[in-house]
Amino acid sequence: MTGEALIELRGVQKRYKRGDETLSIFDDLNLTIPAGDFVAVMGPSGSGKTTLLNMLGGLDRPTGGSINFAGSPIEKLSESQLSAWRAANVGFIFQFYNLMPTMTATRNVELPLLLTKLSPRDRKERVKTALEIVGLGDRSGHRPKELSGGQQQRVAIARAIVADPKLLLADEPTGDLDRTTATEILEMLQLLNRDLGKTIVMVTHDPAAAKYAKRELHLDKGEFEERLT
Amino acid sequence: MSALFQQIGAVVAMTVSGLPSRFWASLTTIVSVALVVATLLAFLAMGNGFAKTVAGTGSEDVAMFLGTGTSGSELNSTMPGEAVRILEEAPGIARDASGRPIVSPESYVAVGAVRRAGGGEANVSLRGVTANAPGMRTGFRITEGRMYDPGTNEMIVGAGVVREFQGFDLGAEMQFGTDKWKVVGVFEVPGTVFDSELWADLPVVQTLFNRGPTVAAVRARLTDPGQMEAIKAFVAADPRLRIEVKTEKEHFASEARSLEAIVYFGWALAITLGLGALAGALNTMYAAVEARTKELATLRAIGFGGFPAFVGALTESLLLSLAGGLLGVIAAYLIFNGITASTLGGGFTQVVFDFAIGPAQVVSGVVLALVLGLIGGFFPALRAANTPLLKIGAE
Repeated sequence: MTGEALIELRGVQKRYKRGDETLSIFDDLNLTIPAGDFVAVMGPSGSGKTTLLNMLGGLDRPTGGSINFAGSPIEKLSESQLSAWRAANVGFIFQFYNLMPTMTATRNVELPLLLTKLSPRDRKERVKTALEIVGLGDRSGHRPKELSGGQQQRVAIARAIVADPKLLLADEPTGDLDRTTATEILEMLQLLNRDLGKTIVMVTHDPAAAKYAKRELHLDKGEFEERLT
Repeated sequence: MSALFQQIGAVVAMTVSGLPSRFWASLTTIVSVALVVATLLAFLAMGNGFAKTVAGTGSEDVAMFLGTGTSGSELNSTMPGEAVRILEEAPGIARDASGRPIVSPESYVAVGAVRRAGGGEANVSLRGVTANAPGMRTGFRITEGRMYDPGTNEMIVGAGVVREFQGFDLGAEMQFGTDKWKVVGVFEVPGTVFDSELWADLPVVQTLFNRGPTVAAVRARLTDPGQMEAIKAFVAADPRLRIEVKTEKEHFASEARSLEAIVYFGWALAITLGLGALAGALNTMYAAVEARTKELATLRAIGFGGFPAFVGALTESLLLSLAGGLLGVIAAYLIFNGITASTLGGGFTQVVFDFAIGPAQVVSGVVLALVLGLIGGFFPALRAANTPLLKIGAE
């Protein structure tokens, strides 16, 4: 179900300055991710996997080159434009879930919808649907500490999809979970990709997790090596 | 705009619901702000209570005559007995049923007294009066014992004096100089400085304190307050009258200003203490923002702007300081409101008054607390608004 390029990286550079030293992560990174793709990004620690994910999500900016999303460059957007772009187009899934500890699952999932013009009734409906998709319709009133790790990650996935973004970015989404729970989460990501057409980029250390993606990209020394799964 | 309010609402709700997890740090801020506010209110209550007592003394339809060059103090004032007789003929002075002018010549001396609390020495006013004096004070009444007998060393004492000083209980005898005075009655004129005085027969006071026929002040009941101008003209036209005249109300209103300095001192002390509380508030708020770094970064990643994070942190700070302010007001009210104290009045004698915390003092305390919260929260709120997005992975 892959189609037109959703993301295109062209000549992307990323350098960090530490005192007098300049640390180069990417010198000339090129990548195309079609809409509907499910990509697993692997590589050793320090290879720039998370930096890549942050740049794809507009959390970090490249030092040079361009990142196009659906044909439009995002690297030149202002901070507020980038915030609006993220709210409309990207859903994030983190290793440690990043849920608001004092909020219920419903309130956590509703957060991205607070940036929209939806009415409270429509928001409620969307939150209910998202929680049902991840199988937590009956846990909507629970706070994160009342949920297991796997359930918390499901809430985080519901939050990521509730505003119906085109792109889901997952940073080690199963890194904090046991094998059985990890499998459930990965199957859910597959389902979101296959049935709802979400484009997913997942960073992982785990080769077994990467197998759930359509293709694997191995990042090393600032360059990709592609393997089909 | 509604989306912005929704974001702010979500961040504020997150902030407020997270307060219990920072219980002790939050409590420290609340208590330190409360101490600052209570300190301020102690001084404001003192100033307010004194001002109320002094400014509440005096009537619009009583003219008060004092010797010139006395800075408005009865203690320094001297008027010849002849002036009393001249003033009785002034226009606009009310007359009693038998046609006599209602005037009250009064002498005024300071006598020593010992405080009940702490045993410190202080001056109390002994006023020599005539039968017309009680009628000049609205609310005067004998609460215990009886009126002094004219021509004797008897005195009646104000209820405030009995409360604050030793040896003035009914039936007691006090020695002033070489003479003994017996307390035969207790009187009150509620909420006025007269409650802090001793009253005795004018001729006896004049004789035993070597005042001759002079008096310190003359009070005269006016037919109506509008007669003041006619009286002033009468006094100015008679070269024998080297005296000043104003309404009794005006006289005490000017005395009320003598304790303004204590209010300024209260503010200075509260602001100094406030700097300490501010350091505590800043610390608490920086720690609170630090503790929420990951949450704030996550919200920004989702698409929230920096402004809701700013408002959220500032709201937390304002809520803590408001709680501290209200706690300080309640504590100050319970501890200070209504307690009796005495201080030096305009006449270098003690004025007994009650600390009074009213709406104006409460507003001052709460405003100070909110200012502390605003300053203490502003810079941490700026940090919250600028939380780096890459802190999203912070553990």
